[in-house]
Amino acid sequence: MSRSPRVTAADPYSATDGGWTGAMRRRAVGALPPEKLLPDGQPAYMASWIYVLGVLSVAALIVVIVSGGLLALKGPAWWTGSATGLYINSLHLWSVELFMFFMVIHLWGKFFMAAWRGRRATTWITGTVLFLGSVGTAFTGYLVQQNFDSQWTAGQARDGLNAVGIGAYFNTFDFGQMLMWHSVLLPFVLILLTAWHLLLVRRRGIVPPIDATDPAGQPPPAAAEASAHHRDEEQ
Amino acid sequence: MGRRSRPAAVPDPAAFPTRPYDLLKEFTIALVVVALLTGALAAVFSSPDENPVTLASWSRADAADFTTTAVAELGGTSGTAQYGPPYNHTPDAAQKLGPLGLQSAAGVRIPVDTANDLVLRPLRDSPEPGTVTAALAAWDSAPAARHQAWTTAYSDALAKAPGGDPAKIAGGDYGPVPALTTRLLGLARSGALDGELRSGGKFYQTDYTRPLLFLADGSYLESLARSQHLGGDQWGMMNEVGNFPGQAWVWLFAFWYQIDPFKSSGNSDALVWGLMALLSVILVLLPFIPGLRSVPRWTGVHRLIWRTYYREQRQAGHARHK
Repeated sequence: MSRSPRVTAADPYSATDGGWTGAMRRRAVGALPPEKLLPDGQPAYMASWIYVLGVLSVAALIVVIVSGGLLALKGPAWWTGSATGLYINSLHLWSVELFMFFMVIHLWGKFFMAAWRGRRATTWITGTVLFLGSVGTAFTGYLVQQNFDSQWTAGQARDGLNAVGIGAYFNTFDFGQMLMWHSVLLPFVLILLTAWHLLLVRRRGIVPPIDATDPAGQPPPAAAEASAHHRDEEQ
Repeated sequence: MGRRSRPAAVPDPAAFPTRPYDLLKEFTIALVVVALLTGALAAVFSSPDENPVTLASWSRADAADFTTTAVAELGGTSGTAQYGPPYNHTPDAAQKLGPLGLQSAAGVRIPVDTANDLVLRPLRDSPEPGTVTAALAAWDSAPAARHQAWTTAYSDALAKAPGGDPAKIAGGDYGPVPALTTRLLGLARSGALDGELRSGGKFYQTDYTRPLLFLADGSYLESLARSQHLGGDQWGMMNEVGNFPGQAWVWLFAFWYQIDPFKSSGNSDALVWGLMALLSVILVLLPFIPGLRSVPRWTGVHRLIWRTYYREQRQAGHARHK
């Protein structure tokens, strides 16, 4: 007996409809229902200025990308001979300084919160890789300024890169290669990592305070606290 | 017992009392504040734009250093000529990370023959006066030992000449070296050498390896950098020209170069990069490292971050015991 194709409007969240696309939609909605993705409430313990540093980092990253895009519109050498270009370049430089400043404080804040607890290790890992990737991206930015700083930084860095074999493939003296890394490859990875990091934050929620217990349950007995602490940090 | 069936040690955030929170409003305010702050910083402080050093500007400003460097490139005694991988196969030049010879393992992937690539080929590719044609022929017909003798003698004579001025050196057997380096200096001063080294026979070119290697082998570029506190022992590339903040986030990288055993080691770069790679892995994998992952609990900084929560918990505890 052959099955006739369904033509009626199916329940978009039905457990079987939609093939691969439907399965992906169900999985996405299950992991991140709208109220989790765009919450209008947060746990009351989220009450510190340190929490602002995450959103400030994202805001600064957007200014970095927009100012970098404006520089890209006119080509890499434009800013060196134009007052407007110099200002756009300055926007790019100072947004990077702010981005790194906000991100470093955000990172330290999350460290002191032990924010990897409660199955949030991947969130921590994506965040730290994002930080390291941002250092590399900023570094390549210094190499493509086409000024004295670029020349000197390229010479200083190539010794380190050559000493561990990376310089044979990543030539800081090759302006074209560095420009592609700075404006294409690294930003692509950073934007993907940022999106993944933010989705993980939304999915797992804001990590509760260290030693916090479920408000509906009983506090752990004193004798069991040590093992509870261990589990806390492990998960 | 499997990990999944273990009771959750960290409670679900959804189980806690909540407060109103407007995610998009917070993000919009943050974006406006950061954009305005960036605009103000850019308007007040601008950004550094110190002109690059060219072979032309170098040769005009310090002909002695240019000539000394050109002789070293010709004689194979410059920093690049003796660098090892990825430029050449100089024995024992590659750095090692303990037993690991990563520099050697990567191989010579950017081959540079300093005499030919930085001196002789640019001379041949330019219109040659008769004296230079003869000098090139004399160089080509001499054995390597003779090349070495000429360049060593000329290099020593330059070091002894007042101000390193090629016009004031004592007489000696320097072969065709003075004619070659004098012509190269002329090409550099005219600006032609910048183009010669960059083009590599192509019309479109974005690779500055050769001119930058030549510049890096001289002492002029470094003296400018040191005057701008950019030397390796001055916290190097963490700084930027003038009073601009630079890459403050690479302070830990720069720090290792300031202390022993790194700063005095022949393998300093490999050691520092190896150490930073290890520290980076530790940072990324911190949640899985016993002891280190407990540091936040020991420091007690979390009690400051969540002070409102802990105060309310204490008050609730006191109320229960009354």
